Amino acid sequence: MTHRTRAVAWAALGLLALAGTLLPRWLVFLLALALAKGLAVLSVAVLMGAGLVSFGQGLFFAAAAYAAGFAMRGWALREALLLLPLGAGVAVVLGAVVGLLVARYRDIFFAMLTLALSMVLYGVLIKAYAVTGGSDGIRIPAPTVLGLQLSGDDARLLVYYLALASTAACAWAVSRYGASGFGYLAQAVRDNEVRVAYLGASPNRTVYATYLLSAALCGLGGVLTALNVGHVDPGLSYWTTSGELVFVAVLGGTGSVLGPLAGAVVYELIRSYAFKYAPYAWQMMLGAAMLLIILFIPGGLWSPVQRLWRRQAA
Amino acid sequence: MRTPILEVEDLTLHFGSIAAAERVTVLVYPGERVGIVGPNGAGKTTFLNLITGYLRPERGAVRFWGQEVVGLQPHQVTALGVGRSFQIPQLFLTLTVRENVLVALAIRERRGWTSFWKPLHEASRVQVADEVLLQFGLLGQADRPAGELPEGGRKLLDVAMAFALRPRLLLMDEPTSGVSAQEKFRVMDTLVAALQEAGVTSLFVEHDMEVVRRYATRVLVLHNGRILADGVPGEVLDDPEIRLAVTGRR
Repeated sequence: MTHRTRAVAWAALGLLALAGTLLPRWLVFLLALALAKGLAVLSVAVLMGAGLVSFGQGLFFAAAAYAAGFAMRGWALREALLLLPLGAGVAVVLGAVVGLLVARYRDIFFAMLTLALSMVLYGVLIKAYAVTGGSDGIRIPAPTVLGLQLSGDDARLLVYYLALASTAACAWAVSRYGASGFGYLAQAVRDNEVRVAYLGASPNRTVYATYLLSAALCGLGGVLTALNVGHVDPGLSYWTTSGELVFVAVLGGTGSVLGPLAGAVVYELIRSYAFKYAPYAWQMMLGAAMLLIILFIPGGLWSPVQRLWRRQAA
Repeated sequence: MRTPILEVEDLTLHFGSIAAAERVTVLVYPGERVGIVGPNGAGKTTFLNLITGYLRPERGAVRFWGQEVVGLQPHQVTALGVGRSFQIPQLFLTLTVRENVLVALAIRERRGWTSFWKPLHEASRVQVADEVLLQFGLLGQADRPAGELPEGGRKLLDVAMAFALRPRLLLMDEPTSGVSAQEKFRVMDTLVAALQEAGVTSLFVEHDMEVVRRYATRVLVLHNGRILADGVPGEVLDDPEIRLAVTGRR
């Protein structure tokens, strides 16, 4: 992480921390959702770093969210700091099983296989009505954080700060990953798999490990989303949810950690304003925004900033 | 008796009716620099692909220091100490020249997955990478993306990456193809000096007879998947029958 990225990250963290107390509640709620989704978008970006596009991250997003929901209702487990690792753990275990298959595929085959698997989960969630509540989903009570239990708006604010802290911690971890041998190895797989094999590392095993990392991130995002919304439903695993994550990743840019997170915030803002002012055309407006970005800033929203910094450094 | 570093025995593979390798048997001893020559389609690259596990033979054995490697994947064969470079350089084009070598070093140093979590640009690793780049004359271009290197530079980087693994045996596929006539001897001088200094045994596929004559200690002639001749470059390449088979000219 360069000094500048670090400075921007700290500034963003400070501003977002202030925002919790200054902004109207609905906007804080929106930001909390954006941060939770930002983690899932980051999981997509991590996979893209290895040259893989998943249209099935909804699998982990939903599995972790439901795991948190079941734990809250079945075991009366309310502590968010236990629910988060539980959700991430469930996502990783699921990723470890599913990954045995998908890590052997690339390109469109990887994309379609991940999509199909997330739709299998969707089908199960819809059909297993007795357990999952079918298409109605499950209502989730407000969590406690370190035993602290609040209600109403304060509970929401608590979840916002939880989302902020989790996202900040994950952003730091992912930036460390990007600079590590592992992160570069994933990039190397994207660039040239044959060469990776001929340097003595297994491309499939690298993809597998990257897939597990992305599952964990996406799982955390899923739990945070569930805690935010107070409800989980099968839509979390539907392919449009996964597609939305890819959409936001491309919108924000996948070349850095801040891009996907900034993209998630911008996306939620555009979506809610477009929905407010043009309830019948908001999807078209999102599409138009995407088109403009692909045409004029193909590297994503964050890429002009990176380019500027690079030019100044050179 | 000397122990061979590489034993290839009765290696056979057909692509349809075409024999890519037909009962190929070779022993390579430590310190040798074996040039592999032959006309197009003789099975030279296939031979390298069979040794490194990229292709699986129908029959036959390949042993590296006595260990059977048929059935292993390329990354497993590489991890045993067999490096390889390619006719068309296989680089990580979006990474810098230094990062290409650093990735190779990170893989070589691996002690379980945990070591991969350390930063790629660790000071000690960068120092080793720069030594390798210096040896191959690429240090001045270390911070350029590998995709920006000219062909000769790409060839050298391709070999430098394989070399950074500190292999015991290095297989090179046409190290001078695509390199200009003026540059080819400089490239080969650099390669051979590095190989000699590190005591690496090598096999290299080569079209250029001048290069083989000058740098190989032994030459293997392949034709239709079979070994046509095996011996000292001077003797083998002066045989008019062999010359006809390899170059089409007496």
